Amino acid sequence: MSMTARQRSLTIKAIQLIVLVVAVAALVLATNWGKVGKTFFNFGEVAPMFPDVILVGMRNTVLYTLGAFAFGLVLGLILALMRRSEFGPYRWIATAFIEFFRGVPALLVMLVVGFGVPMAFEVKWPLWVNVILALGLVSSAYIAETLRAGLQAVPKGQLEAARSLGMPQWRAMITIVIPQAFKIVLPPLTNEIILLTKDSSLVYVLGVMATQYEMTKFANDGINQYNAGITPLVVGGLLYLVLTLPLTALSRWFERTTQATSRAPKRATEAAKKEEVAA
Amino acid sequence: MSTSTPVQSAAGVRIAGLRKAYGENEVLKGIDLDVAPGEVVCLIGPSGSGKSTLLRCINLLETPNAGVIEVGGFTATDPEVNIDALRRRVGMVFQQFNLFPHLTVLRNCTVSQVKVLKRPKAEAEAIALRHLEAVGLGHLAHRFPGELSGGQQQRVAIARALSMDPELMLFDEPTSALDPETVGDVLAIMRKLAQDGMTMVVVTHEMGFAREVADRVVFMDGGVVVEQGAAAEVIGNPSQPRTQDFLRRVLDPTHVGLEAE
Repeated sequence: MSMTARQRSLTIKAIQLIVLVVAVAALVLATNWGKVGKTFFNFGEVAPMFPDVILVGMRNTVLYTLGAFAFGLVLGLILALMRRSEFGPYRWIATAFIEFFRGVPALLVMLVVGFGVPMAFEVKWPLWVNVILALGLVSSAYIAETLRAGLQAVPKGQLEAARSLGMPQWRAMITIVIPQAFKIVLPPLTNEIILLTKDSSLVYVLGVMATQYEMTKFANDGINQYNAGITPLVVGGLLYLVLTLPLTALSRWFERTTQATSRAPKRATEAAKKEEVAA
Repeated sequence: MSTSTPVQSAAGVRIAGLRKAYGENEVLKGIDLDVAPGEVVCLIGPSGSGKSTLLRCINLLETPNAGVIEVGGFTATDPEVNIDALRRRVGMVFQQFNLFPHLTVLRNCTVSQVKVLKRPKAEAEAIALRHLEAVGLGHLAHRFPGELSGGQQQRVAIARALSMDPELMLFDEPTSALDPETVGDVLAIMRKLAQDGMTMVVVTHEMGFAREVADRVVFMDGGVVVEQGAAAEVIGNPSQPRTQDFLRRVLDPTHVGLEAE
């Protein structure tokens, strides 16, 4: 029996699929669904979680996440520009900041900011400010590194062309370089906001009141409130997907539409490669 | 190419004792070069001769280590110079076009007019369209650069530079990245611009263009000006051995054992 390369490759893929289906089927059949259903998927029992888990929990999750992301984006952009500065101290400060906040657990930052800052400066502002501050500090460190990579990926000629048209450095950055960098880093930025969505669950360490609950706190408390095992956590998990999946879809869509209009000129990239080789 | 207008005020350039080094590597070893208002000067020479660096020094994309550059009475090498004010008067066209890929062709030509010269949007667009039509691309104003061919992009880049009403235009190998069949369109626009009285400094390997359009051809090698004079003289009858050798290689790329750029 002889097969063409194409047939061989199709056969191998078919076998892989069959193995996968069989394995999943075996796991499903071996599962004790009665017990699992009661512990994980006992949705009837946890119905009273609604609508507060949405109206309060999801609302707070979104508030904490978006606030922290906005703050992290602004601070991250400043840090990224500082890291690219020709002025040494700017670079050193930004590097130290980034390494610190990337390196310590977000939980720790949350505790220090949540309890330490109000203590140190004798201020008493709403909890969400502390949350956004803490999560924003952590995410700014990651965002800064992402943006730095994006800024580096914009060809040097773009800045040169903008400067040659008489734009001052700051104007060239704002109008020409940064918008292009953002397009490049859109996928990793989406990643960052998804991570933030889940990090917002750390609020519980600050001792929150009922109106300040976000989704995980709701779910966690639900374990004790309802006789449904950890079904409340499963509900919480599904609600996180409700938030993150549209976000991913949105980012994909944005990527597609912007790619259609700003493909890199093919000829130019080829020539650029040639130049690199020559240099 | 219907409606280009004669250049209002063309600036001259004076370069004296210009030196530029990257670390130990001295790229420009004392260049003296004067360009009269309305004059077209082509810089030719082998790669690494410093001709692009010289061009980039004129609008301070490279910072000279020593020497003087004056553009239309503006001393570019004065440490207190307003670089942006200088660059507003000097148009630059790059080998890689460097159009802004996230902006339409029209916005490429208006963005600096609006943001830097503070022209009202409508006026900036009228000026941009006039220049785009002059390079034969008015109909592509609302496309994005990525949708254009290399030759079209380079013509847009020229229109973009002209939209700022420069007094001097610098061209850094404007046709080197182009498909051969689109080179002619770009050169035709540059020829027209020269006829309109623009001061132009052009780094090029197009000997035909240099011979036909340049008032003067400057041959550089090893960071110095080796020979300069009327195009017919330098290209047709070079006096220096280095110039002769370079031209032999460029004009006859099949020359044994050597590769033209």
